[in-house]
Amino acid sequence: MEKIINITLKVWRQKGPKEKGGFETHKLEGISGDTSFLEMLDILNEKLVNEGKEPVAFDNDCREGICGMCSLYINGHPHGPDNLITTCQLHMRHFKDGDTITVEPWRSAAFPVIRDLMVDRYAFDKIIQAGGYVSVNTGGIPDANAIPIPKPVADEAMDAASCIGCGACVAACKNGSAMLFVSAKVSQLALLPQGKPEAKQRAKAMVLKMDELGFGNCTNTRACELECPKGVSISNIARLNREFLVAKFSD
Amino acid sequence: MYWLFNSSIGRKFIMSISGIFLLLFLLFHMSMNLTLLLPDDGKVYDMICEFLGANWYAVAGTLVLAAGVVVHIVYATMLTLQNRKARGSDKYLSSNRTETEWSAKNMYVLGLIIVLGLVIHLWNFWYKMQFAELIGCPDAVTGGSGLVKELFSSPCYAIVYLIWLGAIWFHLTHGVWSAFQTLGLSGKIWYPRLKMISNIVSTLIVVGFAAIPVYFMAVHLLCGNN
Repeated sequence: MEKIINITLKVWRQKGPKEKGGFETHKLEGISGDTSFLEMLDILNEKLVNEGKEPVAFDNDCREGICGMCSLYINGHPHGPDNLITTCQLHMRHFKDGDTITVEPWRSAAFPVIRDLMVDRYAFDKIIQAGGYVSVNTGGIPDANAIPIPKPVADEAMDAASCIGCGACVAACKNGSAMLFVSAKVSQLALLPQGKPEAKQRAKAMVLKMDELGFGNCTNTRACELECPKGVSISNIARLNREFLVAKFSD
Repeated sequence: MYWLFNSSIGRKFIMSISGIFLLLFLLFHMSMNLTLLLPDDGKVYDMICEFLGANWYAVAGTLVLAAGVVVHIVYATMLTLQNRKARGSDKYLSSNRTETEWSAKNMYVLGLIIVLGLVIHLWNFWYKMQFAELIGCPDAVTGGSGLVKELFSSPCYAIVYLIWLGAIWFHLTHGVWSAFQTLGLSGKIWYPRLKMISNIVSTLIVVGFAAIPVYFMAVHLLCGNN
């Protein structure tokens, strides 16, 4: 049977990066349990537009959990109370009738609020630009299976590569640390032969950029891993530490 | 070597190395304490105390140890301040409901409790023993077993020490595996093993230490003032 709920939303509203923000309360009635969280916000925005008010700004794109664009800190959890999903995959059936739902933007000094629930995650792109790539010379395309890679290694690289760069790790971390993100991006390349030649330089450059952008120091609380919508493991953080220390000690 | 001080992983490397050094000291201290339980009226314990005393090697060791403590505290403070800054001034209204371990999130607070306990502990023993001997005080105590007996015949002190040890246990259960994680020696296979090792080592250390106040308090309460 379809579940229909009435909810109260407490949403963060902020006109711009420098403006002072605050919470706004809205009541929504007759929300179907099959509605996704973002569709629920669409309903709210439609209501606001009809009332002649400004709609709530929030990031979203693919709405199928693979682009990493949606964010939202819902009731104490990045991407809401359900595990291993992004906000767009969260459905209203996870809430009870009469619930008050608090919706906040990611909070971290390195992720300033742009407007309402949207934050500037450009810092992640800067970290990638610092070394999250493999340099390839132009020319003929090599055969995909020319370099044999053991299955467990390929699997681990793939697990690291499942990071969508949404920033939930930073949002969940009490230290505002980006270690899970950076470690996933370092690991996906460091594990594979193609990434090895630049491994040392990559680890050093990406950590340097991460520190420079004002992300915090990891204290191994595991909050990132527990909130990651893709289940990226902190074993990647251990690998990043290893890669970085080996690179620095071999200098 | 500049990276040790100006990169996040470098600073954490310093934290883990100093932490492991302090852990090794705790293991030594705990083993030494256990000799108090031998039925020899504290003779072996006093022998170790006298062997250490204010001899140059004991003083050198104390200085290295103190340096380790200072480095660990200074870096903990520095990292905590940086992390607070990185977190930003805006707090979450709906708080943080991620089910992380309590100790992992309260390492600095636990550390403060440990420092407070350490001050009491140094006042109770080190000040009356090595320090008194160093400044040439005639009342300097060379064998500490009498001090231990006297101190823990007061249940108040015994309980304060037990609370202190509780804080140390929480601090170590997170600290030990965390140090290995920071050194890059953890991974998918070793994480659960390190967690287990961490729990076992912390429990051994804390139970070993706790045995002394518990034993002397029990002796005092059950057998009166002997």
